[in-house]
Order: sequence, then C-alpha cells, then structure tokens
Amino acid sequence: MIRKLLKGAKGYEVPSVFTVLLVLCETALEVVLPIFVANIMNTMQLYSLGDVLQQDLIYFDFYNAHAIVTLPKGTFIDGTVLLNTVYTYGLLMIVCAILSLTFGALAGRLCAVAGAGFSKNMRAKLFAKIQGFSFANVDKFSTASLVTRSTTDVNYAQQSFMMIIRTVIRAPAMLVFSTVMAFVNHPDMAWVFFVAIPALGIIMFVISTRVHPLFKSMFKKYDKMNADVQEDLAAIRVVKAFVREDYEEAKYRNSTEAVRQANLKAEKLMILMNPLTSCVMYGTIITLLVIGGIDIANGEIQSGTLTAMMSYCTQILSSVMMICFIAVQLVMSRASIDRIYEVLETESDINDGACPDKTVDSGSIDFVNVDFSYSGNKDNLTLENINLSIKSGETVGIIGGTGDGKSSLVQLIPRFYDVYDGELLVDGVNVKDYSLYNLREGVSMVLQKNVLFSGTIRENLLWGNKNATQEQIEAACKAACAHDFIMSFPNGYDTDLGQGGVNVSGGQKQRLCIARALLKNPKIMILDDSTSAVDTATDAQIRQGLKQLSADMTTIIIAQRISSVENCDKIVILNDGKINAVGTHEQLLASNSIYQEVYRSQQKGTVEQGGDN
Amino acid sequence: MPPRTKYMGAHRPKNLKGTLVRLLSYLKPYRVRMVVVFVCIAVQCACNVLATSLLNPLLTGLALPNSLESTEQMAKEGITLTPFDFINNLAFSNNKLAYLGAVVGLMAAIYVLSLVVNYTLNRLLVAVSTSTIKKLRDDLFAHMQTLPIRVFDTNTHGELMSRYTNDIDMMNEFIARAIPQFASSLMTIVGVFTMMFIQDWKLALVMVGMLVLMGIIVKFIGGRSKKNFVAQQAAVGKLNGYIEELTEGQKVVKAFNHEELSIEQFDKINSHWAEVSARANSYANVMGPIMNNLSHFFYAGIAVIGALIAVNASNPLEYVGIIAVFLLYIRNITMPIQQIAQQINLLFMAVAGGERVFALMDTPSEVDDGYVTLVNAQIDPDGNITECAERTGHWAWKHPHADGSVTYTELRGDVRFEDVTFGYEEGKTVLHDVSLYAKPGQKIAFVGSTGAGKTTITNLINRFYDVPDGKIRYDGININKIKKADLRRSLAMVLQDTHLFTGTVMDNIRYGRLDATDEECIAAAKSANAHQFIMHLPDGYNTVLTRDGENLSQGQRQLLAIARAAVADPPVLILDEATSSIDTRTEWLIEKGMDALMEGRTTFVIAHRLSTVRNSDAIMVLEHGVIIERGSHDDLIAQKGKYYQLYTGMFELS
Repeated sequence: MIRKLLKGAKGYEVPSVFTVLLVLCETALEVVLPIFVANIMNTMQLYSLGDVLQQDLIYFDFYNAHAIVTLPKGTFIDGTVLLNTVYTYGLLMIVCAILSLTFGALAGRLCAVAGAGFSKNMRAKLFAKIQGFSFANVDKFSTASLVTRSTTDVNYAQQSFMMIIRTVIRAPAMLVFSTVMAFVNHPDMAWVFFVAIPALGIIMFVISTRVHPLFKSMFKKYDKMNADVQEDLAAIRVVKAFVREDYEEAKYRNSTEAVRQANLKAEKLMILMNPLTSCVMYGTIITLLVIGGIDIANGEIQSGTLTAMMSYCTQILSSVMMICFIAVQLVMSRASIDRIYEVLETESDINDGACPDKTVDSGSIDFVNVDFSYSGNKDNLTLENINLSIKSGETVGIIGGTGDGKSSLVQLIPRFYDVYDGELLVDGVNVKDYSLYNLREGVSMVLQKNVLFSGTIRENLLWGNKNATQEQIEAACKAACAHDFIMSFPNGYDTDLGQGGVNVSGGQKQRLCIARALLKNPKIMILDDSTSAVDTATDAQIRQGLKQLSADMTTIIIAQRISSVENCDKIVILNDGKINAVGTHEQLLASNSIYQEVYRSQQKGTVEQGGDN
Repeated sequence: MPPRTKYMGAHRPKNLKGTLVRLLSYLKPYRVRMVVVFVCIAVQCACNVLATSLLNPLLTGLALPNSLESTEQMAKEGITLTPFDFINNLAFSNNKLAYLGAVVGLMAAIYVLSLVVNYTLNRLLVAVSTSTIKKLRDDLFAHMQTLPIRVFDTNTHGELMSRYTNDIDMMNEFIARAIPQFASSLMTIVGVFTMMFIQDWKLALVMVGMLVLMGIIVKFIGGRSKKNFVAQQAAVGKLNGYIEELTEGQKVVKAFNHEELSIEQFDKINSHWAEVSARANSYANVMGPIMNNLSHFFYAGIAVIGALIAVNASNPLEYVGIIAVFLLYIRNITMPIQQIAQQINLLFMAVAGGERVFALMDTPSEVDDGYVTLVNAQIDPDGNITECAERTGHWAWKHPHADGSVTYTELRGDVRFEDVTFGYEEGKTVLHDVSLYAKPGQKIAFVGSTGAGKTTITNLINRFYDVPDGKIRYDGININKIKKADLRRSLAMVLQDTHLFTGTVMDNIRYGRLDATDEECIAAAKSANAHQFIMHLPDGYNTVLTRDGENLSQGQRQLLAIARAAVADPPVLILDEATSSIDTRTEWLIEKGMDALMEGRTTFVIAHRLSTVRNSDAIMVLEHGVIIERGSHDDLIAQKGKYYQLYTGMFELS
C-alpha cells in the first residue's frame, strides 16, 4: 500500500525525499540533546561534591585557551571548568535546537508541498481516468461514488502520505536513534528497553485489534442512525400526513440506544489503553530509577546520566506508541487508497477500433441480431435479437414503456455501450472499427438525463463545435426553437446558466441541449425523450427545424408522445427489450395492440409534462 | 413551493456563555459523577506532578557525600529532600539504598494511584458522555418531529442533517474529550508552575518568560495560518464543484468528445488548489516542529541558567536535582500548552455546534389549539351517533363545548374553502380569494403550472400551513378547531415523491395504519393493483426495501404508496402529482388501483397530466394563485379557455 502511495508522488520526489531526510536530521539532533544536558549535570554534581572526573571531559575553554580542551579523568573540577562545560554544552544545545527547528520547519513546508502535489497528482489521474471511462464503467462505480473517490478519498490518502513522509520515518528513526543513544549513555540500564518496547507493542496491538471491530460495528449502527434521520427528513410530509411522529421517534430512540451501547462497549475496552501503556511507562521509569539510583549511590554514575536515560525512556516509548498509532491510521486510510486504485486500475472497456481514419459519411444504421445486457450476462438481456435497418436521412421514432430498452438501443450507436452479441453497423462498418472520436463526431445524441455546465449559454453551445461562428450558433438555436428565449434574456447568448443550468426552465434546457447537439453538424441525430418538457406545438416546430437545417441527417426520436413520432418514416415499438413491430403511424394504429393502447391512453389528454423516465 | 432561506452556520458562537451553560445542563443528572471525574482529574494531575517532583530529592539524596559528617553538615544547612523526615533520615544516615527504595516505593504508589484514578475517570466519563449524547439526539429528533413543515421547507435536508452529524459529534467530542483534557491540561500547567515556584522561583520565572515568548510565536503563526486556510477552503470548493459537475455530466462529455478539454480545464483548477493548499498546510505543518524545538530551547536555557545559579549558590548540589526536575517539567507541560489552544478551539466549535442544535430545539413547534377530536362511532339507523372504542368503519368528530356538553358530527369528507388568501411569506401572496367546495365522495382536480398554488391548497387542508380562522371548514367544522393529529388521520396523501421507508414491503404498507393486520395490508395492496408485482419480489411481502425502495421501479413505488394510503382507509384522499412520474401506459395500468381507492372518498387530485383529471367532478385551473376556470371536463372544453389550450397542446405547463 505504501508503494501505491509513493507512486502518487511523481514529480514531487524532491520535496518528498527532502522531507524524509530533514526529518531524519531533526530526529538525530533531538536525540543527542539529552547527552549534552547529562554532561552539564554530571559536571555540576562532581563540582558540588568536590569530586574528580570519572571520564574524560571535552569542552571549549572560553576563559583561557580559547580552544577545545580535553580534561583527563581524575582531574578536580573547579568553577571555571564547570562554567566552560555549561557554556559549551549549552551553546551546543542551542545550536542543535536551532538546526532542528530549521530542519523541522523546512520539513513541514516541503511536506505540505509534497502532500498537495501528491493530492493533485492523484486527483488528476483519477479525473483523466474517469473522463476516459465508458458508460458501463461509470455505471459500475456510480457517479456519486466516483465523486467521493476523487474528493474525500483523495484527502484521506493525502493525509496518509503526509504522515508517511513525516511520522512514519520519524517514529522508527527516533526509536532506533534513542535506543542507540541509550546504550551509548549507559549500557547497564538500556536493556530495560528490550523488555519495555515489546511489552508496549503487544499491549497496543492487542487492544487495537480488539477495539477495531467494535468501532466498526459502532460506525455501522451510527450510519443506520443517521439514515433514520435522513429518511425521516425526506419523508417528513408522509410522516406528518400519517401522524407517525411518535412511531418515528421510537424508531430513532432504538437506533440511538444501539449506538450508545455499541459505543460504550468499544470505549470500555479503549480506555484500558491509557492505564496499561502508562503502566509500562511507569514500570520502566521505576526500574531505571532503581538501577540508576544504585549506581549513583555507589558513585558509578552521576545524576545527569540517569536524567538523560529518563529522556530516552520518554522518547523511545512515545515513538513506540506513535508507531502503533500510525499503523492504525494507515489501516483506516487503506480503504480510501484501495478505493482510489480500484478506479485507477479499471481499464475502459470501450476503446478505439481498427480503422482510426474512418469517419461517418452517410449515416445509415443496421442492427443485426443485436443482444445487449448491462451486466454482460445472457440471462439478463436488456435488448434481445434486435434487427433494424435505418437508411441514411430517414427519421425513425421509437415508442415503448419505461424499462423497455429504448435508451439502451440508441446508446449502442455512438458506442456508449457495446453490444453483447450481434453486430451494429454505421455506414456499413461495424461501430467497433471506428475510432471513438470519429464515431462520436458523426453521431450526436441528446441524452435523456441531460446536463448543462456552469458558464454562459454560449460556452455551453460551443461544446458542440468550439469553432462555431455566431451565425452557426444562431442557426442551430433557431432550429431548436431556442433563439427567441435566449434573446429575451438581458445578456442573450452570454447569460450565465449557473451550476447545472439552474437558471433556465426544463423546456428551455432541453432546447439548449438540442441546439448544442446540432452544432456538431452530425450525420446521425438521436433525441432521447428530449422534448418531454416542451409543448406539442414547439415540439413539432423543432422537428421541422431539424429537417430544414439538415435534410440528409438521419434522425432517431424516442418519445412518450405519439404526436412526436407520428410523422416519422417509420416507428419502432419496443416491448420488454424486443422489437414488437415496425411500421408507419397508420400501419401500427391499424394492427399493433401496444401502439393502440398508448394512443388511446394519450387521447384522453395528450399534454404531459417532463420528468418521465 | 415556499422559498428556501439559506442558513449559514456561523463558526464563532454568538452566545458563548448561555450555550455553554445549557450544554452543561445536560450533564446535570450526572453531576455527582462529573464531580468525581473532576476530582479524579485533579488527583491524576497532582500524582504526575508529584511523582516528577520526587526526582529532585531522590537525586539529591543519592548524591549526598559518602562521609557521615558532611551529610550531617548538609542536613544542618537545611538541604531540602522529601517532606517525610523518616525517609530523609535514611539519606542523612547514609543508608542510601534504603532511601532509594523508600522514594521509589513512594513514586510507585503514586503511579498506581494515578493509574486507578485514570481508569475510574474514563470509565465514568464514557458512561456519562454516551448517555448525554443519546439524550441530546433523542431530544433533538423528538422536537424536530413537532416542527411545522415550514421549517423543513426553509432549511435544506443537508443543513438539518448536519445538526445530527457534525454538530452533535462535535458536542460529543466536547464532553468526552475537550472538557476533561482541557481540565487536565490546565491543572497540569498550574500544578507544574506551583511546584516550580516552590522548588526555585528564579528558574520558574525564567520558564514563565520563555512561555510568553512561545505564546507570541504561536499566535503569530496561527493568525497567518487561518488566513491561508480560508483561501484553501475556497479553492477546495471550486475543485470539488468542478469534479462533481463534470463527473455527473460525464456522459455528455463523452457524447461531445470533450474529454481533452475538460482535463485541460481541470488541470488549471487542480494546480491552483495545490498551490494554495501547500501554502495553507505549510503554516500548520511548521507549527509542530517549532513548538517541539522551542521546548529544546527551554531545555538548554534552564540547564545553562540553572548551572550559572548553582555556581554561585551556597549549596550547588541542590541544583542538580532541581535542573533534572525542571527538564522533566518542560516535557510535562509542552504537550498541554500545545494542546490547550486546540482544545479552546474545539470548545468554540462545540459551542457553535451546540448553538445550532439548540436553535433547532428552540424553533417553536407546530401550534395546535385544536380540541375537536376524531373518534370511532356507531351510527344507528336514525342517524344518532354514539362514541365507541373499537373500529367500526365509521368516525365522528367529537366537539366539546364551553358549557361542558359534547356534540358529535359524522365524518363525511365535506371540505370547503371560503375566500382563502395565503402566502408563505409576508407580502407574497400565493393564493388569492380561493373558494371551493368538495362534497363527500367528489373528485376535485387542480391543474396549473408549477407555482400556481396547487400544492399550497393541499398544504392548507391538512394544516401543514395554517390560515386564519373560519376560512376552511371540514364537515362544517373550522379546521383550526380540529386537533391536527386527528385532522391528518382523516386524510391520506399520495405524493409525487413516494418516500418508502427501510423495512419490509408489509411494514411500508402498514405505515398507513399501524394496527392493520397482514390480511388488511394484502387487501389494500390488491385494491391498489400492487399485489401482483409484490408477489414477484424475492420474498414477497417480506422483501426488505432499502434506501427509499431503490430496487423498485418508479411505478412500483407509486403503487406501494397508493396501497399505503388505501390501508389508512380515510374518507378524504389527496393525490399530489401521484402519477406524474409514470409513463402513460403504466399509468393506464395502475389507474384501476387508483379508481378503486377513490371510490366513495372525497379526493383532491393535483396533476400535470390532463388524462388523470379528466373524469373529475370539478376541475379548477389555477394561475398565479387564482382559480381562473372551473367546471367539469366537458364544460371547460366548451369554454375554449386555458384548459382547452392545454388539452389541445397549444400551451404547455411548466
């Protein structure tokens, strides 16, 4: 997992590596400090007792020699020696602290740069990957999940990455350095750490692994509890209409109680952590004091050595705790990293075909024995044995109920999805042989669930053709019956749409989407229930506009309204994923029972509003 | 729909003291335990400070000269060891190992006490905090159930939801961690400084000076960091917004071969974010090492100054122990000082969260002055009504009068509006002088554009919103006199958004009437034409629905909502766009279910689709809150007005 994380740091290797190096330097400096203090204190003790040096003492002589002096053991310590020692080691400490601060601060700054860079890389990779995804890929993950992965999960990964380059190196380094220094300082005492380190590690490991599932189960109950609130909020009118406030309250009380109990259970175990780890810590301190105390009493060492040992004790044991803490954090962020990589490692299942230069010229379409399944499973076919031939320039209507496969059928044409079996030909060439770019340039589709992006109307229209002139834009908008209402806005084509096109009505949005698709000047135009929010008169006008703008354009119209398709060259009836009938309005009205039913249901009042799926 | 007012949660609490007091009042039932908790915290801090302080006498005592005369000399000079003479005498009598044993034993005892106290206080604290938070959640939810619909209309679900998640979590953090940790940090700092001054006031003053310096540095960095974090927040918002928009529109991106361009645009926003974020995080990241290394400065400072004092002191030996202890003190207080700023921040955040939670709790509940109640009734052939306990299929309004007498009116479903004028906001009228009547069993339809006031009418019938007295009458009774719960029990609603609940299909149907038997639920499902598809579900009526019935089609969900209304079996039915998300052919199939449900009930239908309303007894065409046309389908077609235009497709509703 760490390898995966590090892969994301590409382009930011320098700050990442320097962060690690600086943190190492900072740690090393921090670790020598107690030894300096020990020297000062030991000398002080010897001075105040009037004892002689027990080992050589090195210091800078500020008073006489103005040079580094080594005082051999057995020498008597006077006030000058003491002051020299204090100044020398005090100065060294301050220098170390300044260096350590500089390194630490630099490491912090570089870590922020590397972390932001890491996050930027991950997000860019994800974004590019998602842009390349096929519809099936997107469906598999769901849009909401892809958004979470690109935002929340990347954040978690960034936190882990920053922790790795700072703390993951720092804690073990501190552990190793401190242990080494403890041995240098006084080997007779340092063995205590070989008992304390594993003891602490085991305690933390055991408790963490036991607590983890308890918290997991608590969070599950917690999610359920919040889901209750969400459900209640969404359905508050239903709740009030049926006077079910007390019922909802009782339900919520059960959930909060479950959370309380689960939380209590987990916390009860969790609160053992502190006393138990402290127990190890205190045990170590007591042991050090006893061993060191005996040595001091026997005059073998001085207080400074023991004090330094206590510092190392804190450093060593807290770095052990830090390591355990990081391990837990990494396990928790692992889920996020896995979720990111799940996306990054998914290959788009629709790729360019063998004839990259082929473009769509005429716009004929042939379905030959086409089967299609969203799940890629032949027992769960959405479309079954579709045979349909559409000639260049024809206008074809498709009618069918919700879930009968209308949208699925047309989405195969620009290869948003691949057929499961059979062949789909455009211009007599299998769609799988085109490059995706050329195929989609030739096929324009106005999706049922359509989207406008934040920006102006013009910016959105330019999606169809980024080089379109004002004349071309206006021609397309006139054909889509959008020009008039656009001009009625104070800023005309430069009106800001707001996020998701919130500043226009449903019918206006649909007409803008049609104009945008027209600007591509496609050979094949597909309207997937694209005029549901437009009144019938305008609907008819749009269809006429399309024909005028481009007479030889093959047009496929999916509609709920009979009136939208009755003038088509042919109408396809889809029922339960199969073609039920193909014919003209008159033929179908005379012979097809489904068509008759739909017709009859609409005769009672044909006007309807959008929002139908 | 009423307008949404954007609620922006302030980050800083407005009424710190009031909110804090109220938050703490939730701890009142546990006050004894909380007192014990604070005593434990104090004991724990004292233990830690004392155990550290013992190092001074330990080291000094052990370092005493080995000759008996010189120690006696020192004892006379008044060298300070432990407060216990019998232990000190061990050192003065040169029995150093016994002295070591005694002091270490004392330390061990203190440590053990601190461990016991630590566990006890945490054990008490988790019990208190989990119970308190549960109580808070329950209170909030219970109160929310009583709020008028207006509150839900004017706050987004996300805003209300964040009271339960962010805000309450923050309060939990406050009770379970911030309070005890803050107390502990504060007591440790006070304890350590007290001991410092007791042991050596000169070095203690040096420490105070250094801490002031530390505070200044923290404040400086903290201020800059905050500004950058605000900038980062804006960049994050932009970045996430773009990701969301483009991911949601990804299919359009593909349809227009727009991948390259979106990536290009994204890279710009992403790079900008990285820059801002690196800057913001730099300050935060630099803070840790600075604080950490400042403590090393203190370390060096104390050692050097201590040594200088010692050289000139009459008894320099004392300073060995004092320096050792001061060094440990520095370690002890660096953490609390670093954290105390964070804890104060947490406190502010918790209080701000608490403020939002309490604001919702203080939102006035729905007013209900109604005293007319709905009772089961028996009606004899002469039309006399008697109240009874069991369900008879007949209901009556029980109307107590001022003189103590009670009259009963049969529940029939007669609804009248008399010149109702209404607006959600002052000065913005949604309905103008609307008068209408629905006789029992009639079907009344409302047709009109979004915002014409159709839903408002139904909102008034079930008193989601209130109108002035006497304007709306139900079976001749002013609806403001009817108890809200009883009024609503007499009405059933089927809404455009079905809203199913997590639970089985059977549970969802039974939501209409909690005491309905399985048989009654199945009968209702059959009458709504839902039985057939339910039997095709994996577990039939026991199939568990999750997340608003996500595994069902829109039509199926709608059928369940109709079954739910059917089992409630009320005399009045409100269908608010109940079939608008179903295609015409499917609607045609469920129409039978709808017709069965409407049979014999007063029904209000709101629809965009005219096929749904065609067979109504009366159709009202609403425009800008005014009924502009009314009559049967045939009447309205003959009038050749708006309805005619709509019907013939010359005009589209939006």
